[in-house]
Amino acid sequence: MTYLEAIRRTLDSALEDDDRVLLIGEDVGSGGGAFRATEGLQEKYGIDRVRDTPISESAFTGVAIGLALAGWRPIVEYQFADFLTCGFTQIVNVAAKMHFRTRQHVPMVIRAPAGGGFSGGPFHSQNPEAWFLRTPGLKVVCPATVEDVGLLLAAAVRDPNPVVFLEQKNLYTRIKGSYAASSDDSVEGARLARAGTDLTVVTYGAALPTVLEAAKAVRAEVDVEVIDLRVLCPLDWDTVAASVTRTSRCVVVTEDYAEYGVGAEVSARVAEQLFEELDAPVRRLGSGFWPIPFSPPLEAATLPGVDQIASLLLSTARF
Amino acid sequence: MTIASSDDAGSPALRTESPNPGMTKTAGYWLHLTRAIEEAGRRLYLQGRIPGSFYDGRGQEATAVGAALAMAPDDVATPLIRDMGVHLVRGVTPSAVMRHYLGKSGGPMEGRDGNIHLGSLEHGTVAMVSHLPEMLPVGLGVALARTWRGQPSAALCFCGDGAAAGGVWHETLNLAALWNAPLVVLVERNGWSYMTPERKYLPVERISDRAAGYGAQGRTVDGNDVFAVYDVIQTALDHARDGGGVTVVEAFTYRMHGHGAHDSQRYVPEEDLERWRERDPLKVWRHRAEVDLAWSEHDQSELEAEISLQVTAALADAHAAAYPAADTLAESVFAP
Repeated sequence: MTYLEAIRRTLDSALEDDDRVLLIGEDVGSGGGAFRATEGLQEKYGIDRVRDTPISESAFTGVAIGLALAGWRPIVEYQFADFLTCGFTQIVNVAAKMHFRTRQHVPMVIRAPAGGGFSGGPFHSQNPEAWFLRTPGLKVVCPATVEDVGLLLAAAVRDPNPVVFLEQKNLYTRIKGSYAASSDDSVEGARLARAGTDLTVVTYGAALPTVLEAAKAVRAEVDVEVIDLRVLCPLDWDTVAASVTRTSRCVVVTEDYAEYGVGAEVSARVAEQLFEELDAPVRRLGSGFWPIPFSPPLEAATLPGVDQIASLLLSTARF
Repeated sequence: MTIASSDDAGSPALRTESPNPGMTKTAGYWLHLTRAIEEAGRRLYLQGRIPGSFYDGRGQEATAVGAALAMAPDDVATPLIRDMGVHLVRGVTPSAVMRHYLGKSGGPMEGRDGNIHLGSLEHGTVAMVSHLPEMLPVGLGVALARTWRGQPSAALCFCGDGAAAGGVWHETLNLAALWNAPLVVLVERNGWSYMTPERKYLPVERISDRAAGYGAQGRTVDGNDVFAVYDVIQTALDHARDGGGVTVVEAFTYRMHGHGAHDSQRYVPEEDLERWRERDPLKVWRHRAEVDLAWSEHDQSELEAEISLQVTAALADAHAAAYPAADTLAESVFAP
């Protein structure tokens, strides 16, 4: 099963299991979604539960917030994560602050396909997680495996808070795995993606397969441990800290920019809290700090690649 | 244009055709309570005893009170900065309002938010954010949530003439009309977008004319006549609940106290204020009360005395209340 199929199956189960679940977004019904994540669901559950909208992100996100406040479990689809900017006020000012201000719950999921790697250009390739991570009240999820995308989406639907669910569109059909069902409701926790002894890589999302490839490439010299964060907020710092304490070296690799985002946050915490455990400075690698370009060689030079990651692993191990 | 528009809305005291004496006293109570609470709050703010900023709806009380009285129990409202009357009519007590103004514990937002930012579904309202037109789809969502469960409900979403320029205002009207959803947008045409007069931001005579462009109904009403507002909003809400679709009601009124208590409103022509003082919603109401109820000076004094007692008690309660504990802030962020 692909990552995309796991999403579709999870949405299908959520609609099947809970009458309060609704899908709302552009093309989710008649077209089955821009990436076909909701294909067949309107036929199965009807136009009221899988509801097409005009191109009006603020309006449909606001409606979903109202629905969530009054007892439904809406799942909103943004066609590309880049378009989250169109509904930004609703997400960061209305949904995120509602519980803090009023103690009322906003159980909704905002699904958005994020990331580059296929010449989407500056407006179909962005990684928007840092825009939301600095907003208290939003959970932010970034699954890197087929199993996790199903487990975390199911848990996000059951969570009483707004969850920004950043699907990795570069992984939609590229990776395979099995569908995992679970009744675990928690949208939290990092995962050990590869056990190792010499160096910890902290990563998530579409960068994970690239990091694992790089770890394999350097395995003759360095035994790399890889932590997949899975959920960016709340951050599972304990898992990161335990691993870095064991290996004494830390590299943070993200497809998002290293600057000001998860790379900045994790490396700052490592420097602040684990200084005495370290045998090398914490290092970061992300996309080049410019808009994601269209032309294939330009985009390849922008996103963190296997060779670049491998060379950073070696230099950090040799420090 | 401001004066011409108000003339369009007609002479307030003569406009409503079907007097409803049973409601006259009720409406008068809420109008006077709203005025008294906001006046008390404004005094406290000017004395430096209310933190932050202070906004009131002086001159616009009839729009909020008339519209709120027209709501059915399962309807939902998204009142904004000139609409304290909605909260009061929907059951928020004067003490709760005063605690809220002062940032005290026991207020509706427990000190997390202040001034006119309050609301809860328990009272049939959603707490506003400062991005005013953004409340339209949220109110609509609550009404749809109930309607889709088989519980008839309509959304009464307030906004000013300034907010009618925001993108989400248009998105929501389009979406709601498309879905034939139960939405009433009440535009309080008060002539000002903070410091900018309407001739500089409104290219049309009537905002309600825009409704036709979305396949919605447009109505205008004298916003200073509580009975006229009640009638037109009740009709629009009934229509929405009955599956008739969306109505944009434009209530012509005037902002008498500037954008907020910090605003000296030097830029507002004194002759406009003078003209609208004559059309004060409480005066318009009193004219009707004299006709309907043979309202006397004595009745008026009794009403004002009763409200004054309530406001004084609310103030005493709020002053005595404790501030919220700061050690619960972090745990308020997420629902457990």
